[in-house]
Amino acid sequence: MKFTFSWLKEYLETEASAIEIADRLSMLGLEVESIDNAAEKFAPFLICEVIKVVGHPNADRLKLCILEIGKDQVQVVCGAPNVREGMKGVFAPIGSTIPGSNIVLKSSKIRGEVSNGMICSEFEMGLSDDHDGIIELSESAPVGDSWAKWAGFDDVIIEIALTPNRGDCASVRGIARDLAAAGLGKLRPLEIPKVECGFDSNVKWQIDFPKDCKNACPFVIGRMFRNIKNGESPGWLKNRLKSIGLRPISALVDITNWSTFALGRPLHVFDVDKISGNLTMRFARQGETLKALDEKEYKLEDGMIIIADDNGPQGIGGVMGGADSGCSAETKDVFLEVALFDPVRVAETGRKLGILSDARYRFERGIDPTSLEWGTEIASSMILKLCGGEASSLTVAGEEPKWKRQQELRTSRVQSLGGIDLSAQKQEKILSALGFEAELSGQEIKCKIPPWRPDIEGEADLVEEVMRIQGYDDIPALPLPNNAVVPAPARSFEQQRIENVRRVLAARGLVEAVTYSFLDSENASHFGESPDELRIANPISADLDMMRPSILPNLILALSRNQARGLEDVNLFEVGPRYTDDSPEGQTTVAGGLRSGNTNSSSWIAKTEPIDIFHVKADVLAALSAGEAPTDKLKVTRNIPEWYHPGRSGSICLGSHVLGQFGELHPRLLSVMGVEGPVAIFEVFIERVPSKRSKSMKDKELLTLSQFQPVNRNFAFLVDQNTDAERVLRAVRLVDKEIISNVELFDVYSEDVGKGKKSIAVKVTLQPTEATMTEKEIEMISDKILASVANQTGGILRS
Amino acid sequence: MTSKNIDNLRDSLLSKIESAADLNSLDDIRVSALGKQGSLTALLKGLGKASAEERKPLGQAINEAKVKINNAIAIRKEFLDAQALDLRLASETVDVTLPVRPEQEGKIHPISQTIDEMVAIFCEMGFEVAEGPHIETDFNNFTALNIPPEHPARQEHDTFYLPKKEDGSRLVLRTHTSPVQIRTMLSKKPPIRIIVPGRTFRADYDATHSPMFHQIEGLVIDQSTHMGHLKGCLIEFCRTFFGVSNLPSRFRPSYFPFTEPSAEMDIGCSRKGGGLTIGAGEDWLEILGCGMVHPKVLAACGIDSNLYQGFAFGLGIERAAMLKYGIPDLRTFFDSDLRWLQHYGFLSHDIPSVARGV
Repeated sequence: MKFTFSWLKEYLETEASAIEIADRLSMLGLEVESIDNAAEKFAPFLICEVIKVVGHPNADRLKLCILEIGKDQVQVVCGAPNVREGMKGVFAPIGSTIPGSNIVLKSSKIRGEVSNGMICSEFEMGLSDDHDGIIELSESAPVGDSWAKWAGFDDVIIEIALTPNRGDCASVRGIARDLAAAGLGKLRPLEIPKVECGFDSNVKWQIDFPKDCKNACPFVIGRMFRNIKNGESPGWLKNRLKSIGLRPISALVDITNWSTFALGRPLHVFDVDKISGNLTMRFARQGETLKALDEKEYKLEDGMIIIADDNGPQGIGGVMGGADSGCSAETKDVFLEVALFDPVRVAETGRKLGILSDARYRFERGIDPTSLEWGTEIASSMILKLCGGEASSLTVAGEEPKWKRQQELRTSRVQSLGGIDLSAQKQEKILSALGFEAELSGQEIKCKIPPWRPDIEGEADLVEEVMRIQGYDDIPALPLPNNAVVPAPARSFEQQRIENVRRVLAARGLVEAVTYSFLDSENASHFGESPDELRIANPISADLDMMRPSILPNLILALSRNQARGLEDVNLFEVGPRYTDDSPEGQTTVAGGLRSGNTNSSSWIAKTEPIDIFHVKADVLAALSAGEAPTDKLKVTRNIPEWYHPGRSGSICLGSHVLGQFGELHPRLLSVMGVEGPVAIFEVFIERVPSKRSKSMKDKELLTLSQFQPVNRNFAFLVDQNTDAERVLRAVRLVDKEIISNVELFDVYSEDVGKGKKSIAVKVTLQPTEATMTEKEIEMISDKILASVANQTGGILRS
Repeated sequence: MTSKNIDNLRDSLLSKIESAADLNSLDDIRVSALGKQGSLTALLKGLGKASAEERKPLGQAINEAKVKINNAIAIRKEFLDAQALDLRLASETVDVTLPVRPEQEGKIHPISQTIDEMVAIFCEMGFEVAEGPHIETDFNNFTALNIPPEHPARQEHDTFYLPKKEDGSRLVLRTHTSPVQIRTMLSKKPPIRIIVPGRTFRADYDATHSPMFHQIEGLVIDQSTHMGHLKGCLIEFCRTFFGVSNLPSRFRPSYFPFTEPSAEMDIGCSRKGGGLTIGAGEDWLEILGCGMVHPKVLAACGIDSNLYQGFAFGLGIERAAMLKYGIPDLRTFFDSDLRWLQHYGFLSHDIPSVARGV
């Protein structure tokens, strides 16, 4: 909503400056988006008369002009085709800033001739895109005077962002009312002239809606004017519209626009000669179309309110009039429409048709239902004044809807809800100033809600009204009372362990990414099947149409982009959601990651190795440990999904639950997804880890440190090539869980050990607790170890 | 043997020791003087041949010479040891300007870090973290928040929809974190004090909009919390979060369907010199929306608005991070450009807490 300071002052008697007004508007909830001090901007520009024009000696298209500005004469070089002797224009002196280009004008020589200023076009003044010629002022323009002052541009233009509830402030007068209530002046009363009417309108209103849709257009008033002359508007009206960026068209159209902005009362005018029969408010019928005032053809649908004559639609109710029945310079008889429409329908229709008009803006926010009567009279009187002619009696259909509502305000609520200690009398005064009929009785203010405030629905709304006029600055800021001096943890155990996983993965050299929750269904399909219920019905683009079944595809696509940038060693992870169905339970928080390229690339000292699955297996184990999984109970299996390399991948399980997966990305997907290998990937299903209530001392068993010397013994076992190492380790461990404190695998090789065999070397640490071990005892344990490995795996000690 | 002989031998040995070039020759000198066949040992042995009255002073002189020689050997040995060590160390010199072993430095994404910072601050004020699903019902995302189907705010939200179900209903991707207010109030009795950080979705993509972004929501419900507490809580938060203890702030009336009265909070900033600095300055910057929970929202959750009231607020996490850390472009948050992540990311040990400063 745009308006100017001088326009505001038509409705508000005030001593306040434009800046004070703007500051207060924001604090009233009418947020100032921009404030443009045109008076200041245009101050240097003066009205000049072109005294003499001669050709430039050195340039065909340029002219030397002598200008008179008050007592002085100056020479400027001008290239405008329309410059001529005797015309009046806008002169920009040396040192002024040209608004259209922000260039500071300097004295200069153009092709050898002195130019001491400039005669300006509308483009240079920042008024329009027109730079074909200079502005021509009327003969009466006083030479030497301020152009802006004379033209009515010496104003401050203020634009506010209106919240959807404040339809009442979609008008200059409504804004004035709020400011007056806030103590920034006095609201001038609205003068409602009484128009003399002499004849019956040729056109009558009819309303035709189904019984249950009467509120589509509950009330409409019309009036015909005959023998009018639809010429140009007077200067003051044109300037009002121009100052807020509207183009003056003709007196009739300008009056409707003026009423819309000044009073928040949209109007429409029909050329009576172009309509046939009466006008009816009804729903559009299937197949009906309308060429609207913007010259575009619109397909109308059932449920859209239209204004129709015998030939069909002539306007879209509350949205836009029709082009064919609009007024022109030739219009002799005109029919004025002043209507009330259902805000919801206007909004829906405007949205469906893609029309955002000034009328829709106001109707969808709700307009004053009493404005039909006073709006008709004000508009009628203006039409008669500017266009002449005579007015008919009114034609009316429907009736003014009942708008009288009452709401009580307990005066204590301003303190108990709003936090401001304000006397009941002050509250009552504020509400009265806003137009409420407020009556203080005991601890309560009974308020009759004014017709322009459909947004007031409850007591809290009244509290807000009182507070915003008083000013939110007056609310004392208080600390939130805390029951506990030392606060309880903000995150639950389940929430915190997810954060721990995130930190641990970053500590392991992985870089955290945050990627979209959706991706293209094609790439999603490589990572498990997604049900159709997870396909987005209205994606912003085809490559973001499916909720992700896994974090991995997004990370792999990120890897591809990074590789395209020339980065080779990429280590990424994300902790976030994956979606398996559309229920709340179908969304789980998982950690996913990938490593690609080499470790220790281009180091002179450390060995460079390609990434392999044991890098990411370590990531999974670290994440599970951070996720409070019982690491000693985890088992590794080969049961993995199809996006992993079948021979180089594994799952980490607790019982039958898969807690993590790791492996090489399936080589098929390398090319499908456009990445260079090797790529090792992993997923950790943190939420599947059984939950513990919280961290406590019970988490740590009592530690007993042995004082006796530990003994290390190395064994090399020869086992079948396909024997899992873990089986050998387990066979060793279960020999004596008390004494065997550690088993480490330190070598695996299959060269020179016989076909189909491999050698597994382990270091076993024996930690006695009662006494130092004797050779005999060590021998006994060793024998048991050999027997267990032989028994469990068929492995034999390598000689 | 005369004392003169002893003196000569001593001086000759001392001079040899002094000039011994290395440990081996020093040891040779030691053996030649003090060994079984050594010259000084021989003198000692020859003592028996001396007269009784000569024996004592001669013996004394020999012993004195022996002590001197032993001392000299020790000093020389120490010197030669040091010299040998110097030589060895000189030969072990490495080029200390060589680079170290590469270590991969992981990083925490600025969104995670910013959420952690906010959680740390609100934790101090007694808030707990609540969460909810991203795929929401129309009721939780809109209707219960006083946004009925025809409300203009629904259109402003640019909602992503999932396919229509058989019963005609459609699930949405939550357009804000506010549905978690509803879920919490439906499942928990007041007093309630929660914050809700999380993903949100709107069908919009340009320089300042991303189809996915993060918000943090706050909700306080009890019997007495009013707008004064709302102001106090949020001023405290902004001052701590931006680390500006005298950060100016103002609250302007605004409109949200789910709060009444509603407000927008601005913080002070300066735009002098082209950049943006948070703190005292000539300008204001809108930072968050807030207000007292609308009685209709309480009613939708079965909470008696005659007994309970409270406030809610919401702000964008990326925007807060951009302001705090000077990150210029929203869209880069989701690009996963390793260079960007390394630059704007945080070290894993940099865990925000009020104790160390957020």
